[in-house]
Amino acid sequence: MKLFTYERADSAQAAATDAAAAGAKFIAGGTNLLDLMKLQVETPTKLVDISRLPLDKIEERDDGGLTIGALVPNSDLAADARVIERYEVLSRALLAGASGQLRNKASTGGNLLQRTRCYYFYDTATACNKREPGSGCSAIGGFNRILAVLGTSEHCIATHPSDMAVAMRALDATIVTQKADGDRRRIAIGDFYRLPGDTPHIENVLEAGELITGVELPAPVEAARHLYRKVRDRASYAFALVSVAGVVAMDGDTVKSASLAFGGLGPMPWRNPAVEAAIVGKPVTTASFEAAADALLADARGYGSNDFKIPLARRTLIASLRELTGTN
Amino acid sequence: MHFTINGQRHEADVDLRTSLLDLCREHLGLTGSKKGCDHGQCGACTMLVNGRRINACLSLAVMHQDDEIVTIEGLGQVGNLHPLQDAFVRHDGYQCGYCTPGQICSAVGMLDEQKKGWPSYVSESLTDSELTDAEISERMSGNICRCAAYPNIVDAIREVAGKGDRQPVLEAAKEIGA
Repeated sequence: MKLFTYERADSAQAAATDAAAAGAKFIAGGTNLLDLMKLQVETPTKLVDISRLPLDKIEERDDGGLTIGALVPNSDLAADARVIERYEVLSRALLAGASGQLRNKASTGGNLLQRTRCYYFYDTATACNKREPGSGCSAIGGFNRILAVLGTSEHCIATHPSDMAVAMRALDATIVTQKADGDRRRIAIGDFYRLPGDTPHIENVLEAGELITGVELPAPVEAARHLYRKVRDRASYAFALVSVAGVVAMDGDTVKSASLAFGGLGPMPWRNPAVEAAIVGKPVTTASFEAAADALLADARGYGSNDFKIPLARRTLIASLRELTGTN
Repeated sequence: MHFTINGQRHEADVDLRTSLLDLCREHLGLTGSKKGCDHGQCGACTMLVNGRRINACLSLAVMHQDDEIVTIEGLGQVGNLHPLQDAFVRHDGYQCGYCTPGQICSAVGMLDEQKKGWPSYVSESLTDSELTDAEISERMSGNICRCAAYPNIVDAIREVAGKGDRQPVLEAAKEIGA
């Protein structure tokens, strides 16, 4: 691990100002950052410890939603009675990720910012445009079984590893930040992540020093079914090959509303309005489910050993829709 | 830097890069916690910090100066074993023993989580989960045992949780959808 300096921040504003310097990083749970620092994939020169800031509450919003503090541990969020009652998909997604020990430490804000688990990103002996811009992508033409089939570029085919963020994308979460210049802003989760293009090292729209202070969830959809279906290589403690977060409300046999997001397929928690449009306002039929899968995978592209994800995503989506619409 | 570990105050002058695990093992002589992968994948380093189980390898010592830390040495000693230590011995919940301190610290934290009503990935109801064998396995999945003593580890934990005898294997397999 490279040397760094360390400061414990006493306010969100001070943290943002401290971390605006080149080479600075926030540290909260540290479960992903320290892992990468040990491998020298991440080499911050300054750590700003935000773990003692008062951002660890889950609070009611006037609209019936919740505001989740950025430092709420994944365990606490998953077990919160209000989250279980209103946003079961989020609780289920959190419980599908990592281990008990990691969930006790990993924060809500940090989970949103998790880095990819691409083998080549982790292996400093290989080329990786995300780790070292301009060095090339070893995953294209390499071992890419776990990597992306949607939203990729010729520079990067990494996936975003979070389960939590997939559920938050389905729930239309808003990310609240504190900027170094004193401003605060609210960013819809759909606008938060960036596609890799030719700058895969820039993964989101945060500016230097900009600190995530919380996540807002809008009021829950009434009388909806929630589901988080995760397909992985082991029954527990493994990243998703494909996952589906779904919130669907029915009106008799017709789909009244649907919100569907996907993990394991793209460089960000994936959502495509065309998938939902294929089923909303329509009676439940095999054909409409197939059309939803067609919409999801129209632009999918495999890179050899991850080709299997395309049919796997189709089957997982259709199975999820059967469950969400009660047509098992 | 100052630390409270197993109820005792310690002072240590360590590099900022020192993990909580290395602090205990290399600087304070508390070698019960083990270093397996050093990347939060195996659970051998599991400690209790403010009552919650964490991977001590993935946490900087400097960030824990105001915390109550408990390692395997703080749970029990020879002649005065913690009920889980005693159960692991009687159920043969190990072969080489390297993962055992982490397994036991993790189990202490896990049983507390379950008592608080926290659900798991395999809980059918998120508000009311019984500690079945499938639940124990899922909740302990952050602790790897390369000797594969898992059945006996589950036996030991189940006994301490007061959940009676081992479930028939097929029944347990059905619960996790295997």
